[in-house]
Amino acid sequence: MTNEIMIAGFGGQGVMAIGKSLAEAGMKEGKEVSWLPSYGPEMRGGTANCSVVISTDPIVSPIILEPTELIAMNLPSLLKFEPTVVPGGTIFVNSSIITEKVTRTDVKAVYVPCLDIANELGNTKVANMVMLGAYIQAMGNLGEETIKEMLVHMFTGPKAKLVDLNIEALRRGAACVK
Amino acid sequence: MAKELWKGNEAIAEAAIRAGCKYFFGYPITPQNEIPEYLSLHLPKIGGCFIQAESEVAAINMVYGAAGCGVRVMTSSSSPGISLKQEGITYMCGAELPAVIVNMMRGGPGLGTIQPAQGDYFQATRGGGNGDYRHLVLAPATIQEAADFVQLAFDLAEQYRNPVMVVADGMIGQMMEAIEWRTPEKRELPEKTWATTGTKGERKPNVINSLYIDPNLCAVHNDRLAAKYQAMEDAETRWEEVDTENCDVLFVSYGTPSRICRAAIRQLEKEGIKAGLFRPITLWPFPGKALKKAASQESVKAVVDVELSMGQMIDDVKIALEGCRPVSFIGKAGGVVPTPAEVAAAAKAAIGR
Repeated sequence: MTNEIMIAGFGGQGVMAIGKSLAEAGMKEGKEVSWLPSYGPEMRGGTANCSVVISTDPIVSPIILEPTELIAMNLPSLLKFEPTVVPGGTIFVNSSIITEKVTRTDVKAVYVPCLDIANELGNTKVANMVMLGAYIQAMGNLGEETIKEMLVHMFTGPKAKLVDLNIEALRRGAACVK
Repeated sequence: MAKELWKGNEAIAEAAIRAGCKYFFGYPITPQNEIPEYLSLHLPKIGGCFIQAESEVAAINMVYGAAGCGVRVMTSSSSPGISLKQEGITYMCGAELPAVIVNMMRGGPGLGTIQPAQGDYFQATRGGGNGDYRHLVLAPATIQEAADFVQLAFDLAEQYRNPVMVVADGMIGQMMEAIEWRTPEKRELPEKTWATTGTKGERKPNVINSLYIDPNLCAVHNDRLAAKYQAMEDAETRWEEVDTENCDVLFVSYGTPSRICRAAIRQLEKEGIKAGLFRPITLWPFPGKALKKAASQESVKAVVDVELSMGQMIDDVKIALEGCRPVSFIGKAGGVVPTPAEVAAAAKAAIGR
């Protein structure tokens, strides 16, 4: 079983962090993982993407050409990567800022109003965690507990108070799929 | 030990610290900036020293000075920066100084681009500096290897009293993979009786120098160096073979493109074509004898060299094969990476399928 996930959006949307969380969770569950960023003279507001592979088999190449899942956090990312997704794959759309729909009929589309939910939670920075929650719920390839444990390790000291907020963001994202 | 998720550049920096490196001198350049960033944070904590030099030329000469004192020292850069360090590297080979140099290669020539490439193969294996010098060149293909090889490089440098280079394409520096921290196999390392550590009035001063003005002495020096380089060739040549037994077509590739070859091998398998991979781990010494053995199998119809360059290692491949098999090439330079499908197509073309 191999998930090849393309995560794309504006710099600053937490695209790399979604990818790192997925890779870290996959590793914690004993799977093979790789995380490859598109790197360049990028900055906040520019485009950014990363490729994550989570597999029960050794990963040969970290480069993804035909993702099994696409997480599109902005419109340019949806337009660019929608045609590359494998038939039968899944596209996650940040519907707070992408008003367009997925045009392909041979893939599954999941719409998650990440930013609206994050605003309701009072912190726009957790929009990416809302999307992560939706991804985990829809794919069922990673345990919710694994992610929660990671958050506890990630936010320590004065940041420990952010754990509950992030868990709530994950839960709200998951609820979009239920 | 539990696996940890590490970014290539940071793993390289941490590996250096674990190997006992306390000194780093460098100058920033993408795509290796996380190495100095990490070391600037952590070296001062362990009583070490990080200096962002005024240029790559200054940095490599600081490495020369520190290595002369017998301490473990590293520098890192990317292609154009490594060009600037070439003078220092030949001086260190001439003066027989151990140090580790990391080249996180990007597209060239000139300033080129910041995307991954392997256009510095000639520079790394032939030397961009003057004179008859050689140094080991280790080429990791995974983050695990990057971490392992940096630790190994410090030992090899001291064992042979010679700089060791670790070369990777920028993708290895930027990507994250799960790794385990391992301790390299223990080597008996010679005492550094040559280092300039202060005589304390008990011995003659040590002099670190690459100048032998008397041609006879310089010739003797070169003979001695040549014998040392031969010893490295005999003992340190490394490679990996994947599915090479009875393969129809043999890929030769190192670093990230070797992983693309492995993806191509899977695609070819579905079409009933047995492809194998020969991956040089030391670019110098090049594992020519082992390559010829793998390529000489009756089943092998063609050899396909795959690089992120316009074809540099292919020279060593052809030298090694001595014409025993046809060699074709697929590669891209300037930061673009060929796809597994393109690599598979090149293999099919090479065997007339």
